[in-house]
Order: sequence, then C-alpha cells, then structure tokens
Amino acid sequence: MRVKFQPGNIAVSEGAIVAGLKFFAGYPITPVNEIFEYLSHELPKHGGIIYQAEDEIAAINAIIGASWAGVKAMTATSGPGFSLMAESIGYAVMVEAPIVVVYSMRAGPSTGVATGTGQGDVIQSKWASHGHYELIVLAPNSVQECFDLTIEAFNLAERFRVPVIVLIDAVLSHMAEKYVWKSPKEVKLITRKKPKVPPEQYKPFNPDTEDLVPPMACYGEGYAVLAESLSHDERGYYDPSRETYAKLVKRLTMKIIRNKHKIVMSETYMASDAEILFIAFGSVSRVVHAIVRELRKKGIKAGLFRPITLWPLDDVKLKEAAESARKIVVAEMNYGQLYREVLTILRDREVHLLPIITPDPPIIDDIYSAIGELL
Amino acid sequence: MIHELDDLLRVERLPHVWCPGCGIGIALSAFLRAVKTLTRRGKVDPQKIVFISGIGCTGRAAGYVKLDAAHTPHGRALAYAVGVKLAKPELKVVVFTGDGDLVGIGGNHFLHAARRNFDLLVIMVNNMIYALTGGQLAPTTPQGVYTTTTPYGNPEPPLDSVKIAAVAGATYIARWPITLPLMLQKSIERALVKKGFRFIEVISTCPEIFGRHIGYRDPVELLKYLRKIVKIRKNISPLEAEYDWFKVIDCGVFLDVEKPGYIELYSKFFKIKEG
Repeated sequence: MRVKFQPGNIAVSEGAIVAGLKFFAGYPITPVNEIFEYLSHELPKHGGIIYQAEDEIAAINAIIGASWAGVKAMTATSGPGFSLMAESIGYAVMVEAPIVVVYSMRAGPSTGVATGTGQGDVIQSKWASHGHYELIVLAPNSVQECFDLTIEAFNLAERFRVPVIVLIDAVLSHMAEKYVWKSPKEVKLITRKKPKVPPEQYKPFNPDTEDLVPPMACYGEGYAVLAESLSHDERGYYDPSRETYAKLVKRLTMKIIRNKHKIVMSETYMASDAEILFIAFGSVSRVVHAIVRELRKKGIKAGLFRPITLWPLDDVKLKEAAESARKIVVAEMNYGQLYREVLTILRDREVHLLPIITPDPPIIDDIYSAIGELL
Repeated sequence: MIHELDDLLRVERLPHVWCPGCGIGIALSAFLRAVKTLTRRGKVDPQKIVFISGIGCTGRAAGYVKLDAAHTPHGRALAYAVGVKLAKPELKVVVFTGDGDLVGIGGNHFLHAARRNFDLLVIMVNNMIYALTGGQLAPTTPQGVYTTTTPYGNPEPPLDSVKIAAVAGATYIARWPITLPLMLQKSIERALVKKGFRFIEVISTCPEIFGRHIGYRDPVELLKYLRKIVKIRKNISPLEAEYDWFKVIDCGVFLDVEKPGYIELYSKFFKIKEG
C-alpha cells in the first residue's frame, strides 16, 4: 500500500498492471495516450506484451485473440476509436472473451473537440454493437476509483466472461490527485474458471448452472476450442435454429441480469432526506457534489445519487435514494442519455434533465445557474 | 475413422456448406494433409496450432477443423491472429480465409502484418468473388466480367495480393491453383515450419457464383479453364508473377527468404521466446 499522486490515466494503467494485465494493444488517440505510453514503458517489466495496432479495429481484435490465448488483455480508446471497435465488442460478447476496454470520453460528435471532455457516450458504451447483448460499464469519478475500478473491471470480465468498459472522461484522464496504490497481494483478484473435465467431455459454451458462465479452456491447452461468431450451440457449433439462437442470446443476457446484484455499485450523498435528488456520474458528479453541499448550507434539502456501474444500473438503490425526493434532476454532459435510463426506473416520478453542453470541464456556475428554475 | 483426415476434422459437422465444384475443400484438405505429414515427422503438434478464419465461404473452414480455432468478424482474422501469437508465441498461428476477407475489408491488416513480418502462415483462398453473399464484385475480380454489382461489366483492375505481400515485406510467397493440390500441400509444409509472414494464395474455383456468370457453370469446364491459364514458374520474383484471368496466372514459390520475424525482433527488446 502506497500513496501516489498521479493522473487518472496513470492510475488506470497501474490498476491494470496490478490486476495482472499481460497484453495491451492500442492505437494513439486523445485523451488516453498516456495510458498507452505509460504501459509501453511499464508493462514489459511485468512480463506483459505491448502492441501498437494499425487501427482500433485491429487493437480490439488482438485483445480478443490474446484473451482466448489465455491472458488478461486490455485496450484504451476514446469515442472515434470506440466507434471503430463497435462490431468487435459484439464479437467479444458472443465468444465470451474476458476483456477490458478503457474508454475516455471527449467532446463529440465526430472529431468534435478532441482535447475537450464529454459524457456523450453513455448509450454508445453499452449499445455500440448490433444485436441484443449485455456488458458491464464502470464509471469512476476519482483517480482512486480509476485505480480500484480498473482492477474491478478485470475481476468482472474474468468472472462473467464479458467485455467490461471503464468509462472515464478527459477530465479524469488528465486530473492528478492522491490515491492509495495497492499491490496484487492487497487486492482481490479473480481469474476465469477453467474446465474440470477432459477435452472429450468439454463443451466450451456449456455454462455452470448457478451463474450461467461457462468454464474457459484456452488455446494450446488441448481442448480444440472454437471462438464462433455465428449463433452457436454449447459445443460452439453454428446452428441457425430458433432454439439454439434463443437459448444463446438469453444466456448471454441473463448471465449479467441474473447476477446484477453481484455487479452493481453506487453511492449516495445526503440522499436519505433529500427533497431534490441529483443524479450524476463521473467527473460531473464531483461538481454536483459541491452544489449539494452549497444548497444544504442554504437550507435546501439536496442530495446526490451517483451510479458507479452505468450498465447495469443499481436500480434498487436508485429507487431507495429517490424515495423522499420531490424532484429528481439528472445532470450530465449530453441531452439526456443516463436520463432515459433513469426514466425507465423512476417512471412515475418528476424527473428533470439538466444538460451541460461544453467541451470544458464543467464549473459550479454552469450547473448552478441552470438549477435555479428547478428549485 | 473412415477418412485419413478424420482426426483433424469435426466429422459430426459434415457435410459442409461448400457447393459441388468449389475449391475450398481441396485447399483445406491440402492444409490438413500438410499438418498430418508434419505431425508424423514430429515437426508440429496439432494441439499447438490455432486456425483462424474470417467471414465468407472460406471463413466457414474454422468451424470444421478439430483444432483450436476462431471464426472472427469480417476482415479481422489477421488482427485476431496477431493477438493470439503475441500472447502465446509458442503457438503456431494459421490464418485461412478468403480474398474478400483478407485483402478487401481486411486489407489494412494484411499490409501491416506483412510489413511487420508477423510470424503467421496466411492461406488465402481466392475465388475472385464475394460468394457467400451471392456474387458481388471482389477486389480480386477480373476486369470486365459480370458480377451482381457490376452487371455492365467490372470497370476495376484487380488487386494482385502476391505483389502486395512482396512489397510489404513477407518472407515466403507462393501461389497455387487447386488443380495442383499436392504442390499446394508441399508448399504449406514448407511454410508451416518457417518464421515470419508466410503468404500462400490458392486460386480456387467457384462455378456456382463466379463461373456461371462468365460462361463456366460446369465445374469441370471451369477447372479445365483454370488449368489452361495456370503456368508454373520457377525462379521468378513475386513482382514478375502475372495475375491475369484472361491470359496467365503464374504459380509457384516466388519468395523464400530468411529474415527475422516479428517475435524475434520484439524479443530483442523484451524477453519473449517463440516455441
């Protein structure tokens, strides 16, 4: 355990190394270049491989291949790169490859303000690829969480054989603050389940009944495993039948939904008696936190609910936090993405949207001036 | 065991999807025979081979071989293969895929994997058409011919993958027609034990989707035509090898040189070792 003072990008990289990262593939993009550069320097010292791919599509496919070869693998990107990775995120879901993608949001659409920050990718981080699927998106709001949640991302990816996105933004990427670094011995580390049966009996997509996650044999282990992108049965064999398709899509979805209580994370501040409840995540939640404190000083009963997992969302805790609130205000740097999800959970409540549209880190005044009419 | 290759095939999946007269089976069989021969000689261990395909008719091969395998997104077989090889350099990684997948949508990966001299064997089955989707123009389609997306004739000159592999930096380059399966097998045997980027193009036949639009619906007629235009050449450089459906398609081994592969280059800076 050691106290360090570093930016979020470096804390993410440190977290990945502690989690046991052994393969990183990347392509240069702002604002995650420091992750790639730092890992290029540090990962080889920890027995890991670093690889600069020709584009983000190559990077994501390389980490899926590395994951199936049996190692913990990660990439880091921003909006334009994640858009390119979209198709293969679905492939990772389909072949249940444990991978971690660090996604630092900047101001889009398109090239937007490449050096600016944003929160416009809440929906995209979950739904970028085609077809119906589930994955996990974690949203740190501090350098400490950049470190802790990157480790947690690897644990969740390995535990549920699913891509896990660490969704930060340009502010968190570049903002330095104190955090407590822990060694691999001081944190809980999870690795994928391995088959307990000989190759003749092993079916690579046959899940354990209790958690719907199949044990994973990897390349070179003598199991002749097939990472099949087509709809497949328990052996990994293509089968276009409605039964096989429905069974597969249901399991890929339910292995996350049914285990939601083991995945979701959230935090509240002054929410228990709040009449006005703010909902915010990531770097914006820090600003909203300050506003809640200011409003309380003025005698206004404000509170904050901060989702730490965006997908899936901690709906139970959100309902609890919203119980006493007269008004609920979702503050985010877009025109209503987390807001849509909150609406589906608090559908009979008065939920307002507070959009913050700026490529700069939001300041208290940006939000403070907008909430006047909501109070 | 009924067939000598049964232990390398998921026989319970047969029959396969490929049409009568299709050359993909011949190419796959040549590969598996090469694996079998090298296994017998103790040169390879099938349990250490990873067989990676993309999308398309040839892409379906990954589902039939009883090896570690992947059926990746369209065009990404090479990108995936690179990750496997880097993570576990002791594995022999083979990309077996079609022309549209490898040099069409996946062209950028092809260029850079060859440039890096990545330690992979790449077998590209070239049927000169997007066959699984019904016969659309491929980057390898001969100029002037009918495809479903060039109904007035193909205005584009085709891509010669052999030349691309050569200028990008491959260490082994060969081209064989499916009419010479034994030559193809010997070539795969040689390439499988080499290091660096090894590229073998297989000129295949697709009577159903390609041939029938250009006057060769009968598989035998198409094979006969292929035999007519194929010329086996010795000692010519890949840049001299002709790829012209209407005149001549030069076949043979165009390049077989030794130079450090990516894993060797990488391990000069970091401690990793290829098996």
